Order: sequence, then structure tokens, then C-alpha cells
Amino acid sequence: MHPVIQLENLSVRLGGRQILNGLQGTMSGRTIGLLGPNGAGKSTLINTLLGFYPPWQGNARLLGCDIQREKKKIRGFVGYMPENDSFIANMNAVSFIRYMAELSGLPREAALERAHEALFYVGLGEARYRLLGTYSLGMKQLAKLAQAIVHGPKLVILDEPTNGLDPPARQRMIRLIQEIREGGQMNIVLCSHLLRDVEETCEEVVILKQGRVVHISNLAHERSLNLRFLEVEMVGEQDGFAGALTAMGCECTPNARGGMRLLLAEGVEVRDVYKLASDRNLQLRRLSQRRDTLEDIFLKAMEANTNGGV
Amino acid sequence: MAVYKRNYKPYAGPLTPEWSRLFAIPRQAWSGLFKQRFLTIFYVICFFYPLGCAVAIYLNHNLSSFTQFIPIPMKNLFSVDGSFFLKYTNFQGVLAFILTALVGPGLVSPDLTNGALPLYFCRPFSRTEYVVGKLLVLAGLLSYITWIPGLFLYGLQGSLEGWDWFVQNAWLAWSTFVVSIVWILLLSMLALALSAWVRWKVVAGALMMVVFFMGAGIGATINNVMHTENGGYLDLGSNLERFATAMFAIDLPAEGLTLGDSLAALCVAVAICIFLLMSKVRAYEVVRS
Repeated sequence: MHPVIQLENLSVRLGGRQILNGLQGTMSGRTIGLLGPNGAGKSTLINTLLGFYPPWQGNARLLGCDIQREKKKIRGFVGYMPENDSFIANMNAVSFIRYMAELSGLPREAALERAHEALFYVGLGEARYRLLGTYSLGMKQLAKLAQAIVHGPKLVILDEPTNGLDPPARQRMIRLIQEIREGGQMNIVLCSHLLRDVEETCEEVVILKQGRVVHISNLAHERSLNLRFLEVEMVGEQDGFAGALTAMGCECTPNARGGMRLLLAEGVEVRDVYKLASDRNLQLRRLSQRRDTLEDIFLKAMEANTNGGV
Repeated sequence: MAVYKRNYKPYAGPLTPEWSRLFAIPRQAWSGLFKQRFLTIFYVICFFYPLGCAVAIYLNHNLSSFTQFIPIPMKNLFSVDGSFFLKYTNFQGVLAFILTALVGPGLVSPDLTNGALPLYFCRPFSRTEYVVGKLLVLAGLLSYITWIPGLFLYGLQGSLEGWDWFVQNAWLAWSTFVVSIVWILLLSMLALALSAWVRWKVVAGALMMVVFFMGAGIGATINNVMHTENGGYLDLGSNLERFATAMFAIDLPAEGLTLGDSLAALCVAVAICIFLLMSKVRAYEVVRS
């Protein structure tokens, strides 16, 4: 099984400016989020992976295919939803999606059938005979998603899919992306500057800043690690408690508020901490699991990079 | 599968051959074009002259039958030769020009305006295929009013005059085909290039007129002021006419560019159009800082 994206020292120069600078990394998650502030190079990376921009140095692979030598093959198994308005004027949604399917190589009858299916799938079934020009922004986004999945790609690249959507439309889009992910038929690369979008949909995240990869993180792994971190505040004698926990294999460090931070050892559960406190007659005033959100990861990555990290 | 079922499955059926996918472009474009009443009426009008020619050829051949009823001595009214087909290609060429000015500007500019190019090129579909697909939209439309009826007229005349005429004058069919194809190629490339560079359809259509008529005017001015023939390079219409005249074995006028120069001018014009078109037909434009 090939990784979804392999970046091999990828650099891109456009209009005399270096946009991507020696990107390196391997991503294998079913849903990969490309995260970064505006101008970080997310869209450029997507466009380079699709073969729209040539690499200046290095290379990259999508599902094992070389982006320079196997452009056509890649485009055969990729579905792409661009960031900006992209449609063909004076067409209704069915004709548009059918046309896109035909360009992807589907026979005419199959293209028509798939166009209807894709439009129903994204929730535009009732509006499928309306001209695209009369669609609201949210509907246009859904139509773009439909054209990206109509030919049944192995990999869907979504560039800012929730851009400009109101909260209900955003929720609908996120739910659709989650459904696609859970369907298990397609890998998803989602490019966004909205942390919530990535957090709600992605398993793996690549954080870009100024054309560099500053952090690659497996969110599922980070979340499982977070479950092992505890912050505890108590009343009573702490040293013996900490010693007992250390003896169980946990790591304890005092925090600034007089409490302590714990990293639970394998096999030690939260209930063991309660039991130990009870045995020692300590009052636990607070016990919380660390919730290291994507925002924390993102901010840390940005900070680390500013300080000369990664 | 019933379309109301809201689920998704990957496509597992057969795919069309890669070379055939570009035909989706003309198919889609034609279905849109013929929804426009004015264009459809104009397109029908474009067939009147070939139809008139066909009737004339038939009557010309069967004149003796009519003279039985009209006791006036008459010979053949006209001969179906190079001159006849030159007039035919010139007349249909003008209609082709008007049709191109109506249709051509709407081919590429809407895709650029609506950001549709990434949707084409994120598929296994190249820029060349895109341009050829758009070219086929015009080439198909113009073929039906130029060389296809031209060959029909040649076939009609051949069927009436007999096999000998048909074989001896096969070059007329060839010339009609080649002259029409060159005209179609020139018009189509010019229309597509203008459509890519000028977003407003009306302005792009008007610019087509400007390129032809202003080119001729500027060329003539250069010739008069500088006492040279080189201004003729800018006169695309005249260059094409010289080419057509030569193809139909009619003597070229002594003044003006040579046939080779005229052909070179046409080739350069097409090359410039291709360059202009390809520089615009990209998924995303790179803005130089």
C-alpha cells in the first residue's frame, strides 16, 4: 500500500518567487489536512501535486505515482474541488456534472447516471436542473464537490471546501466529507486555514508555514496520547502520592498551581489514580485530561518554527 | 440503480478511449449553440447558397430538357470549373467568417471568466486536447457550410456529367477541401485566441472584424506610403484569396505578395494565434512579482 502523499524535498518557484521550499514528509492517513495561514503554500502544493505547476527541485508522489512522469495517471484517479468559483456558464447542474464525467472518461449513459447519483449524494437532487449561475455559494460548493467525486476517484483533493459558507452550509459540507471518509472508498486531502474543519474531518495533519512543512501530526495518535495525560489538583500530602504513582511507572511533574501533571503508564487507568488518592486520604479537587486541540498543535508548530524549530 | 438512493459507490465500469474524450467538448457546445434561435436561423441561411448552386448545376445540365418547352436557343449558362468553385468558397467563406464571429468568442472566455479550466485539467485531459476540442466546435460548424456542401456540388456535377468529368476534375474537390480547411483553421484559431484574451464576447467578435479589415487597411497604407508590397502580410483576407485563386488554377494578379509569401503570412498568423491561446489556456495563471 503506497502512502497517499510523499514529498521528496519538493520546491516550487512561481513568478520568480520561491513558494514551496524543500517539503519533505510522508502522509498515509485516509484524510489528510493541509493546514497553514494564508499564503503558506497550501494551494500551491495541491496545484503542484496535480501537475499544474512544475517542481523546481525535488519531487512528490501521489499514491505512489510520480507527479512529473505520471501526470495523466494521477489525474485519472484524483478528484479535485478548487477553492474559487469554477463552473461552466449556462449549464444546469446535471449537464455540468455529466460533462465533467465524460471528460474523465465515462461513457455518455454512465456519465448521466453518475451525475444524477452524485448530485443526490451531495444533496442537490432537487435543484439539479437549475442553471449553475442561479445557485447560492453553498450550492456551488456542493456542485464542485459532486464534480470531484462523480467519476469515483481514489483520492479527492478539496481546496478550502467551506470557504464562504454560512454555519449550516458548513456543517453540511463537513458532514459530507465525514461521510466520504467513513465510506472508506476514497482518500481525502483537505486544504484549509480553518482549524475546526481539519480537526473535524482529518486523521493526519500537515502544517505549512512560509512554504515549509513545520509539523506533521497524526491527530488520531495525538488524541490517544492526550488520554494518557492528566492534570491533578489536590488537598493533602502530595509527595507520597507522587512517589506511589512513580512506583506504578507514571511520570509526575508539579505544575505552577500547586498541582501535578501525570503521564499514565501502560496499564494504569484513571480509576487507579482515584483509588490511590482514596487510600492516602487525599482530596482530589480537580482531575482533567489534557485536551491538546489542533489549535494547540498549530500554535506550537508556528511558535517552534519562529524559534527555529522543525 | 435508482437515483434517489443517497449513497456513493465508486465507478467500476469501462472508460472511453482517451482520444475520444475531447469530442465531449463539441457535443456539449453544439447542443448549447442550437438553443439560440438567431444562430440556428443564420446557420440555416448559410445553406441557401450551396442549395442554390445545386439547383443551378442541375438546371444547367438539364437545360436542353427545358428548351423543349421554351423555344429559345440556349447553351450552358455557366461552366462548373475553378472559377465556379472559387466563387463558392469565397461566398461561403464570408458566411463562415460571420458565423465564427458569432460563435467563436463564446468558446474560451466563459471558461476563463468562470475559472473552469482547472476542472478540465485536473482530469486526464491536456491543454492541447482542450484547444483541439474547442477548435472542433468551430471546425464542425464551418465544415458543414463550406467544404462538405462543396464536395456535394462536385459530386452532383460529376454524377450529371459522367465519370470522365469526375476523374479529370478531382482537383476541384481537393482544392475546395484544402482552401476551406485553411480558412476554417485560420478563422477558428483567431477566434479562439481572441476569446482567450478578450473576456467580453461582443468585443472579441468585433475584434475579429478589426483584425481582418484594419489589417487590410493598415497593409494598404504601408504599401502606399512606403512603396512596398510588404504591407500585404497584414492583409489576411487577401492572402487567403491569393491562396484560393492559386488552388483553383486561376492566374494570380501580378501585383502583391507571391503565393509563398501569402502562405507564410497565413502560417505565421496561425502560429501567433496558437501561441496566444496556449499562453492563456492554463489551469492557473502565475502572476509575476
